[in-house]
Amino acid sequence: MKAERGYRVLTRRSADYPALLDAIHDPPKRLYLRGDGSPRLLSCPVVAIVGTRSCSPYGAQVARRLGRELAAAGAVVVSGLARGIDAEAHRGALEGEGATVAVLGCGIDRDYPRAHSALAQRIAAGGLLISEYEPGTEPAPWRFPARNRIIAGLARVTIIVEARARSGALITADFALEEGREVFAVPGEITSALSRGTNELLRLGAAPLVEPEDVIDALGLEKAPAPRAIRLSEEASRVRELLADRSASVDDLVGKSGLAADAVAAALVELELTGEAVCAEGVYRLH
Amino acid sequence: MLTYALVGLEPRRVEVEAHLQKGVPSFAIVGLADRACQEAKERVRSGIVSAELEWPLRRITVNLAPAELRKEGSGFDLTIALAILAASHQIPAASLREHAAVGELALDGRVRPVGGALVVAEGARRAGIEFVLCAAESAREVALAGVDPVPVHHLAEAVAYIRGDWLPEPPPLTANGRVPFTCPDLAEVKGQRRGRRALEIAAAGRHNLLLAGPPGTGKTMLARRLPGILPPLVREEALEVTRIHSVVGLLPSGQPLVAEPPFRAPHHSSSMPAIVGGGSGPTPGEASLAHRGVLLLDEFPEFQRPVLEALRQPLEDGVVSVARANGRAVFPARFQLVATMNLCPCGGRGDAAGCSCSAARLAHFREKLSRALLDRFDLVVAMPRPRAAELDGSGEETSALVRERVQAARERLETRPPRMSSEARVLLTEAVERLPLSGRGRARVARVARTIAALAGAEEIAREHLAEALSYRIPPELTGT
Repeated sequence: MKAERGYRVLTRRSADYPALLDAIHDPPKRLYLRGDGSPRLLSCPVVAIVGTRSCSPYGAQVARRLGRELAAAGAVVVSGLARGIDAEAHRGALEGEGATVAVLGCGIDRDYPRAHSALAQRIAAGGLLISEYEPGTEPAPWRFPARNRIIAGLARVTIIVEARARSGALITADFALEEGREVFAVPGEITSALSRGTNELLRLGAAPLVEPEDVIDALGLEKAPAPRAIRLSEEASRVRELLADRSASVDDLVGKSGLAADAVAAALVELELTGEAVCAEGVYRLH
Repeated sequence: MLTYALVGLEPRRVEVEAHLQKGVPSFAIVGLADRACQEAKERVRSGIVSAELEWPLRRITVNLAPAELRKEGSGFDLTIALAILAASHQIPAASLREHAAVGELALDGRVRPVGGALVVAEGARRAGIEFVLCAAESAREVALAGVDPVPVHHLAEAVAYIRGDWLPEPPPLTANGRVPFTCPDLAEVKGQRRGRRALEIAAAGRHNLLLAGPPGTGKTMLARRLPGILPPLVREEALEVTRIHSVVGLLPSGQPLVAEPPFRAPHHSSSMPAIVGGGSGPTPGEASLAHRGVLLLDEFPEFQRPVLEALRQPLEDGVVSVARANGRAVFPARFQLVATMNLCPCGGRGDAAGCSCSAARLAHFREKLSRALLDRFDLVVAMPRPRAAELDGSGEETSALVRERVQAARERLETRPPRMSSEARVLLTEAVERLPLSGRGRARVARVARTIAALAGAEEIAREHLAEALSYRIPPELTGT
């Protein structure tokens, strides 16, 4: 390993070259590393979280929650820094105060997509950005499938959160299956095109991901202790109960709870502030 | 003979002089008259002949002073005709002194109303002139300025009046022809508790409101009902609004004073001059026509970006200033902005069917809504598609009922606005730490919370008022973070 111009290089002969990646069919000859994280992160229990770029609020929420809880349990979350599911998984891992690794399809000095340069910096602060391409390599569409083989190759477990029928995330799943790694798919509504790919994986025999614990067990880790409970107002507890059944808008909750619209809105803000509920496009869900 | 030209919304004194000389008969108008004004020649000549008066066969020169001010439109016709008649000694020039005139002439001598009669009359009042000759249709508008209108139907009547042979019937000043209010009622909206509540808060606090959701969830339906729950204008406001509407000729006949808050809903293809005002004149745009009322921008992101950015000035200052080569005009534009939008370009977001937009298209869509513009909305409401079961609600509140609460809240806000309780202050600080909320966002939440407390009739902004206000903050999915 040598350090030059702010990045490091791992070759297959380096002691820190991750063993799991070394075991795949065509491991990259070199890995370029950027960030403050140790190269040994790549040899920790690694979980890959991938999915579509144009995800639904549901997909975004699941990816974030998985990233957070898995990172909190001690797993290293690996993804591709793309928009949508990838970015949410990274953000979740940062929220869970764990390390996260982004595998790029271009040089590690290129923040691609540009909109995620701030996110890339946050990842680099405690984790790693890695690539098999030399610094300066421009992003190109044909490099992304090759990048996916590294994501799958690093990970003991690969999770597909949301994918259309022919999504790049399915390529990652194929790589993982070829190498005999475990693949989880998050079940989605059968009416949603965004869940077609993941539901198809389930039909083909992928493990359904119902709770983060499923993955934590598969990685041989322990779940992080639950945060302390916070006292809620009567209205907020009532609204929380209703949200446990299913996600709902303010109007839905007014209908079900018998509370007025202003009281429901205040209760929801209370739940948002305690981190128990999140809102996307006017629909609230438990976090 | 005096009349007034309009520069924007301001009257400028124009003196109309006529001079007859010996020579080949001709007729010239000088003093920077535009095309419509030059054409007055033909109308005035026909009008005078039709009124069975004599057209002087002399070399006629009409001067509109001051000469450097551009004069536009047909409102000078009546004044020019009277000046020529006075110069040819057909009417006594001395009697014209305490009069001003405004009106267009028809070829048969009838006097037609023109836009801006109210502003002309206000100019006359400031100059101490008591009587304004005008078309019968403009009489009530002129009377609003506090001068005595002399309503005439025909040039012959005007001449008879100046000669002292005839007095017009005083216009029925007391009968305030208030047309029935035609805003659709809130009782027709089923369900939509969240939207109705936001509408009520917006009305009470004059907050700008953004409704976002998939197509067909009733965003526009709600927005159109906002004027119906606003209190009527007070007289001062009504005069301001009437002045603007008079200048663009939008006053409905039989209703001289605009007493209800105006409602304007320009289409998203509208140009910048159409929205903020312009033209060589310049004339007021939709933003000014919505002064003291509601400006609805349906499909907000579809408007041209420069148009949206141009709206930032009136949203901040309550005025639009339009600069043109031949002058600058400032129009009042203190409107309440209501906008509707989809959550993504295809409209599928927030719907069960889902969104089919590419990530790049979505990013572009969000970029168009600049943060600076979104920051002008105190209330942002996401309206997901309602589940079918709740559409059968009945016995909804009427607009009149909501309007009473709005009025009470406004009075409270003006006389003793609720103060922030310490509990609410703690919550606000907590929220700023935990939620993405800018400094501007913080001020916005505090404003909305004050309105909510006023609606509740409370002396202090309580914790739950502030919590509700927080629920109307800009959702992160609109800013793309």
